[in-house]
Formats: sequence, structure tokens, C-alpha cells
Amino acid sequence: MTSPDVFVPASLPTVPRRRRGGGVRGREAAAGWLFVAPMLVILGLFLVVPVLMAAWVSVSDWNGRGSPLSSSVGFVGAENYRDLVAGGGLATQDFGISLRNNAWYVFLVVPIQTALSLFLAVMVSRKVLRGRGFFRTAFYFPSVTSSVAITVLFLFLFSASGAVNRLLEALSVNGPNWLADPRGVVHVVLGALGVDAPAVLTGNGFVGIPWWQWVAGPSVAMCVFITMAVFTTSGTFMLLFIAALQAIAGDVEEAATMDGATSWQRFWHVTLPMLRPTLFTVITLGLIGTWQVFDQIYTGTQGGPTKTTLTPAYLSYQASFESQQWGRGAAIAFVLFAIIVVLTLLQRLILRERDTPPRRRRDVLVGVAGAGGARGAGGAPDAGAVAPTTGTEDRR
Amino acid sequence: MHGPARTTVVTGLLAASALALTGCGGGSGFDDGGGDGGGEGEATGGGLRVLIGSSGDAETDAVTQALAAWSEQSGTEATLSVASNLPQELSQGFAGGDPPDVFYASPEGLPGWAANGSVVAYGSELPNADDFYPSLVENFTIDDQFYCAPKDFSTLALVINTAAWTEAGLTDADFPTDWASLRDVAQRLTSTDRVGLTFGPEYQRVGVFMEQAGGGLLDDDGATAIADSPENVEALTFVKELLADGVLAYPSQIDAGWGGEAFGLGKAAMTIEGNWIIGALTNDFPDVQYRVIELPAGPAGQGTLQFTNCWGIAADSPNQEAARDLVEFLTSTEQQVEFTKAFGVMPSVESAAEQFSAEFPEQEAFIASADFATGIPPLQGFTDVVADFNGQIEALETGDPQQILAGVQTNLEAALGSAG
Repeated sequence: MTSPDVFVPASLPTVPRRRRGGGVRGREAAAGWLFVAPMLVILGLFLVVPVLMAAWVSVSDWNGRGSPLSSSVGFVGAENYRDLVAGGGLATQDFGISLRNNAWYVFLVVPIQTALSLFLAVMVSRKVLRGRGFFRTAFYFPSVTSSVAITVLFLFLFSASGAVNRLLEALSVNGPNWLADPRGVVHVVLGALGVDAPAVLTGNGFVGIPWWQWVAGPSVAMCVFITMAVFTTSGTFMLLFIAALQAIAGDVEEAATMDGATSWQRFWHVTLPMLRPTLFTVITLGLIGTWQVFDQIYTGTQGGPTKTTLTPAYLSYQASFESQQWGRGAAIAFVLFAIIVVLTLLQRLILRERDTPPRRRRDVLVGVAGAGGARGAGGAPDAGAVAPTTGTEDRR
Repeated sequence: MHGPARTTVVTGLLAASALALTGCGGGSGFDDGGGDGGGEGEATGGGLRVLIGSSGDAETDAVTQALAAWSEQSGTEATLSVASNLPQELSQGFAGGDPPDVFYASPEGLPGWAANGSVVAYGSELPNADDFYPSLVENFTIDDQFYCAPKDFSTLALVINTAAWTEAGLTDADFPTDWASLRDVAQRLTSTDRVGLTFGPEYQRVGVFMEQAGGGLLDDDGATAIADSPENVEALTFVKELLADGVLAYPSQIDAGWGGEAFGLGKAAMTIEGNWIIGALTNDFPDVQYRVIELPAGPAGQGTLQFTNCWGIAADSPNQEAARDLVEFLTSTEQQVEFTKAFGVMPSVESAAEQFSAEFPEQEAFIASADFATGIPPLQGFTDVVADFNGQIEALETGDPQQILAGVQTNLEAALGSAG
């Protein structure tokens, strides 16, 4: 969680080059190292060493007693990883189920929370809105509340006779028993349409569970957590978008209006492209946070009903602390890490590809990026024909 | 983050790890001593640390008093800590080489700790070893070694709401004695706003029917998986029928957290629970009148499940002698009677059973059920198998018992295989 923004300190880049210069600059380098030393020690002790030890545990047969570095602990290679992804046993099944659950969770939470937070940010940034301060505080409030408190609140709201079901009752809808309902929503919808499981999907599978179970969708219980995640994090990301919106100079919007752009066009072709760096941040943070969902599960359902809210992070905890399978627990954590890294890179790639716009829209974007460079966010000083690409490139 | 920036980050990372690793080797002591490094620093022969997971103030106070009494008698200090998450705190203690000396250990956790040598097998050395219920001793015996002394236990019995019972025109003569009569009274007790019977969707409840049918998850010597036996299919089919008839509902279906709550709220007329329900009813639903009777017999006779914990002693404890002495004191007949009076647990020694019955005549059925109770086998990986099974029991109403049990059989065989 901390790693992405921790290694950013910019004091280091020049150090090796300066050392080559020798003389006075050599002493500068020493001073530089001295200044960053406390941070390096702290990072090393609390981040790098634990990570390296966890990596070792994931390839060892450490059983939870004494130090993992003692001589009695053996190296087992990729055995823990093999058990997870190809063992075919309960460990593989559980891991497959947890990946399925979390994938659906991410797939729904990240787009919804991004869109909602952007929408809220645009709404509360409108100058015509009265009581903007109130709305900003109200939307941000769930983010500063403890996730345990919100989970407990949601447990009550979504209990079988809770407020949500009472409300649905008033609308003559028979609400489900939310947190005890393991049915996948895609299955429910398909079932309602009369679609039955095709044999090709039930017969074959991936990571221990059949394809038909992969496409089950989030369970009704998981939907509660999805709602909760959107509810709690939208406020935080709204704040990021508000900051980015305030950085967009008013004359850009004015210029677009002068060119005859409607408000939708202004948003879609002017505001949104300028928000791309923030969008990247929000989606990255969203991906990382949603793949690591743990505390809601721990306080709420402990993986039930029927393991449909089991997530890799919770499974890792369970395997280690409850089943004493420390190697497996650590291996789950590293697979999770790999998933997050891969998805972040993929996302970066997708957002970058759009940097080269289709020909017919380029004229619009030139104006935009030129303005972006002019506002001094590290853009090229000569905001000419080359500005669009370099400007956006640098901001990322 | 291009070019030089990226290389510097890598350099920085390497430098940081090198720095930190040397710092670590220098003195943090993470890699010295392995298992027995933790005890140093505290004087050997010093006080004992006891870690328990408490059910409430009554239990905490009773154990505190017992420890004080022992300290006075032995001259060794003993301090009590109450864990909010016992398995997690114990794991941390074992990993750090500095575990509590004496602690509550469950049959689920014990196999893992026995396998990695965290706990010592001392049970057979206790002078009162023969006094424990044999089935409890079995729960803590791994590879023929009796690891730790059972501290108390509980069994499952049938709890009946007497008001609902009479309202349905039933008398004491109608107490169910077999599955047919259980189904019959459950039907008669079911009304629009009440189901006849409720219990949690888990092996820890449904298992009683498997035992009554003559099945179970493991055979008598605990070496062979028998999950897919026809007896178990019969048991699950019976439960499935009760669910389908609407006379049995899981607590979550009737908006309760567990069987006792559903029972106390009057949403179910009968439930299958252990004697912890007595305290819960007294505290939360003092007006509910109930009777506790033994569970009805199945095709293969009577059967129920029992749950227990033991007093584990850490292998890394520097004070083994004192720890054993403390456990001996805590499991003595007199001390167990004290615990029974304080927070209503059933004593683990047969010599205290009579006093329990005298103290709590209404709980007679619980202690009498000890004669035909089966415990949780101490098998590593068993918890995972049961957790998976429980997930499917939740969906039993629409599931296929045969298919569910076949899956359990596979998982159980795998667990037996890897436990060796």
C-alpha cells in the first residue's frame, strides 16, 4: 500500500552523476547519503526486510515456530505456489474462489467509484451550487470514518429485516437476505432468463474452479461490500478530482465556450483529457485498494456465505494464522502483489495509447494541451505543434 | 520515472536492503537462536504467563482467582492475559519464540502446533490422567501421544421452548426419541411466524445427524475418511427434507445470528446447541422457559458432538515444571467444580460430573450426552475441510447430499494424506 509513493523522493537521481565529478561534489554526495540514511534505514527495516523475509517464507517450509531464518527451515522451491495454482486440492479451490470474488469486486468497484467520484467532483465544483462546502464535507465524511464502524453499520442496514429491506418492502419488493445470500448475481439474472449452465463451462475450469463459477458474478453478499467500497472511497477520490479541476484555468473553459463547444463537449473533450494524470492516480489507487480488501471481510463475514466473500488477502491471513500454513499464506500475498503490478502496468499502457488521438480530433486537443503547458505544469515552453504529446508525456 | 530515475530507485532499493540487512545482523536478534532464543532475558524459573480466550468477565475472574490461589500455594507468580484473537496471538508467540507458558488450545489448532513442536505432550504424566473422559483424551491425542489436559467440554442437546410446546398441544410424553418423532414435533411446532427447529448451517451441528445415522467424517481410529458413506447421505438427506418442509430454518434465514438467538426471540421452538446457550438465555432472554433433553436417536442410535479445549504448554516455556504443576491444579476435581460454579462449564473429569448435575439439574441432558459424544478429530487441515463443508451445508436445501459428501471425502483424504 505504501510502496508506490514511497520511492518517489527526487533527491537521489543526481547523486551518481555528481560523484563522477569528484572534488567538492563528492562531499555533496556523502552529505546526500547522510541525509537520506534515516529514511533508508526505516524503509529497509520496516519494508524491505519484511518483504524479503516474506519472499523467503513463501518458498520455504517454515511452520510458524521460531525464526524463518533458522537452520531447520528448508527450501521447497515453488511448491507453495504450485499448491496454490495447480495443486487441484482445497488450497487451489479456495484460492481460485478468492480470486474470482475479488476480480468481480475490482471489476465493479473501480469503474463505479471512479465515475462517481468524478461526477461528484464536477458537481461540487460548480460555482452555481449553493452550500458547496457542506456537500464536499458530506461526501468526504465516509472516508474519514473507520472502516470497521462502517462495516458494522452496513451489517445492520443489510440484515434480513434491516432498513434496506424495510425500504424495499415499502416499495413492495421482497429484498434478499443480503449478507447470507451466496447466489452470484450473474447466475441469478441468467437463471431468471432461463439460461442453464452450459456443459462446456461446467466441465472445464481455471485455478480449481469451473468457468461457470468464474462467471457467477459477485454474490449478493459481495454486492453489499461493493456498495460499501463505492460509498466510502468515492469521497477520497472526489477530493483528488476537485484539486485537479481547480488547477484547470478558467480561460480554457472560456476558450472552448467561445469555440462553440456545448457543456458536454467541454467536459468530454476539454476537462476529461486534462484530468488524465489524476484519472491514472485514482484508478491505480483504486486497483491497489480493491485487490487488498481485508478489514471489511474480517469484521463482516469472514469469507461467508459459502466462501463468496473470501478474498486473497483474507485467505492469506487465514492460511497463515489459522491453518499454520505460513508458506502458502506468503505465496498468496506474492501472487496478489504480482496481480496488482500487472494490472497497474496494463492500465498505464491503456491510458498511454490514447495519447495519440485520431486525426480529426487533433485540432481540439492541440488547444487543450497547449493551454496545459502554458499553465506551467512542466509542459514544453514552446506550446506549438509539438506541444500535445510532450505536454501530456511530462505530466505523467 | 524514466531513465536515470528508474535506475536510481533500484540502486536505492538495493542500498536500503543492504543497509537494513546488515543492521539486522548486527543486533535485532531476528536470526539468532531459533526456537529457544526467546526465553532469555526473563529469569528462568520466574513467573508463568497464561493466555486465554475468555467468554466473559465470569470466566476471566474465575481463572484469575484460580491463578491467585495457585500462586499462593506454589510461590510462583502467574499472570493472566485475555486474548481477543487467541489463535493469532498464539501464532505470534510461537513465531517470535516467546509464547505464553500456558494457554487454551483447541483440537483445531493443536495438530499444527504439535507438528511444528510448539507444544509439549505432557498429558499422560498428569496424576489425574485416567480421570478425564476417554473421548476428550482422544481429542488431544496425536500419534498416540496425549498432548494436553482437557480443561472442560460441552455437548450438543435439544433445547425446547416449553411455552410453544404446550401451545402446540404437546406433553412430556411427546419428547422426540427418534428422527420420525423429531420431524413430527417440528412440524407441529411450526407456525406462520415460527419454525419448529433451528441450528447453524455447519458441520458442528449437522454432524449430530451424521453420528446418529452411524456415519461421521472419520472412522473410529481417525485414520480413514468415511465422509461419502451411505449413512452420511441419509443424514444430510434427512436435514435437507426438514429444510424443504420449512420446519427447519437456519438462523440467518429467520434473522438471527445463531441458534440461541433465534430460540430466545421465539422464532424457533427448538434448537440444537451446547450449554453455552443457558448463559445467553439467562442474560438476553430471561423470560423464555425451556427444557433441555438429549438429542433423539437416529437409525444407528444416539449420537452427538462435543467441543473442548485443553491447557496447552509451550515447548519454549522456560518453566515446564511450574506449568505442569499449574495445569494439574487447574484440572483437579475441586478446581473444576469451582469453574463450573463460576461460569457453568462442564468439568472434563468424570469425578466431577455428579457435582455438575447437582449444581445444574436442568443441564443433566448435556452431561449425560457425554456417553455417546464424538469430538473434533485432531487432524491438521481438518478445519479447512470443515469450512468448505460448512459452505455447502449453507446451500444444502438446493444441493445434492451425495455430491457434497463426495467433495468432502476428496478433501478429507487429501488432508489425511498430507498429515501423513
